[in-house]
Amino acid sequence: MGKTEQKMIANGKRLDGRGPLDLREIEMKVGVIPNANGSSYVRFGKTAVIAGVYGPRPLFPRFLRESDTGILKVRYNMIPFSVDDRKRPGPSRRETEISKVIRMAFEGNLFLKNYPQTGVNLYLEVIEADGSTRVTSINAASLALADAGVPMRDFVVGLSGGKIDGTLILDLNGLEDNNSDADMPMAVLPTKKEVTLLQMDGRMNPEELKDLIKHVIDASGAIYEKQAEALRKKYIE
Amino acid sequence: MNKTREIVIPGEKIDNAKSVKAGYGTYEEDGKIFSKFVGIPKKSGDFISVIPLSGVYLPAINDKIIAIVKDVEKFGWILDINSPWNGFLSLSEGVDDYVDLKKVDLKRYFNKDDIIYTQVKEVRNGGDVQMTMKTSIARKLKGGVLIKITPSKVPRLIGKEGSMVNMIKEKTNTVICVGQNGIVWVSGENIKKAIKAIRTIDEKSHMFGLTDEISNLLS
Repeated sequence: MGKTEQKMIANGKRLDGRGPLDLREIEMKVGVIPNANGSSYVRFGKTAVIAGVYGPRPLFPRFLRESDTGILKVRYNMIPFSVDDRKRPGPSRRETEISKVIRMAFEGNLFLKNYPQTGVNLYLEVIEADGSTRVTSINAASLALADAGVPMRDFVVGLSGGKIDGTLILDLNGLEDNNSDADMPMAVLPTKKEVTLLQMDGRMNPEELKDLIKHVIDASGAIYEKQAEALRKKYIE
Repeated sequence: MNKTREIVIPGEKIDNAKSVKAGYGTYEEDGKIFSKFVGIPKKSGDFISVIPLSGVYLPAINDKIIAIVKDVEKFGWILDINSPWNGFLSLSEGVDDYVDLKKVDLKRYFNKDDIIYTQVKEVRNGGDVQMTMKTSIARKLKGGVLIKITPSKVPRLIGKEGSMVNMIKEKTNTVICVGQNGIVWVSGENIKKAIKAIRTIDEKSHMFGLTDEISNLLS
């Protein structure tokens, strides 16, 4: 998906018919991998991610072990068929970086003090990519971690914001991502209203940035509701 | 039948810290108590705790567990205790009589893949779990079938003073040994039925009227 000359926002509607602050269709499922301790499937429009959590379990390689706490290991991976042109398999520079920022978004949020010498492995597989994959991964990851019974302080909700044709928008899709003036993925603790991830690419003035952060935090509540519902649904048939 | 207990999720506020204290599975922040797990809140005395619906087994002193011998070492045995750490059964804790290490092979007492019912003696910092066989309940389990359930649901399987597990034992004519680490050993006549009942308890532990459902299933 490259740049287009099309107008991205017409009559206050985006190309896919959403209003500027509307989210895409959201689907969340818990417990999709029977052999994992916890797992989830999250879909935002045409972006879909499967997350699997294994552990806490003995950590290898051994030199990573900590004597007073468990650690979190994250692997974010895009499957070759997830994008239009085949993606070369194996971790790229971008994937290594995203794995790291996702890990940092979660680390302070888990209570792993009772699990010394162990590690929690979190695998995130992007099976369909259409923009905002890292925030979709964060949503899948928090569901999978909660499903695995890893003690958590709060959920982590990921949501991207951006600016396009001078308008602030939420939950960018692939086309908007490529044509935006700025895009900003964020991770928020929905009940504490704290921010654990904030990256930005592009240009915005300080007022717009403040507005956008406020919009993202406000909208995170709706995603949190969906996550809570998905988790409860596993136990209440 | 389909009525379920109230389920809380991580970060959900359970209570105010003024009236109760934060117990297991919860934490206190700004005078409020929040859950750490997906689980069922339970109030007992001054404390409010959350019983998780999933998760791994954390060894605690005096837990009676079922372990599988993983490796025979020079001075003891390494045990798989269904937790993030291995258990260690030292020679002096495993065997009562004097053992001359020069003459005796430790495989004589416990060999690899043996199943033993044992007790946690000590949990040191850093995941060092010491086991002991010097209790009345400790023994080797021969034959039978092992199944795994969620460790936090073991109390539900046992029931009030063993009511639930005794019911399964009586109605299926089996011997059942429940380890607190979530490993259950079943041996006897109608094993399939007993396993089905145990699996049902594992899946529906958070629902009301479970005892009736199990007794229906068994009769």
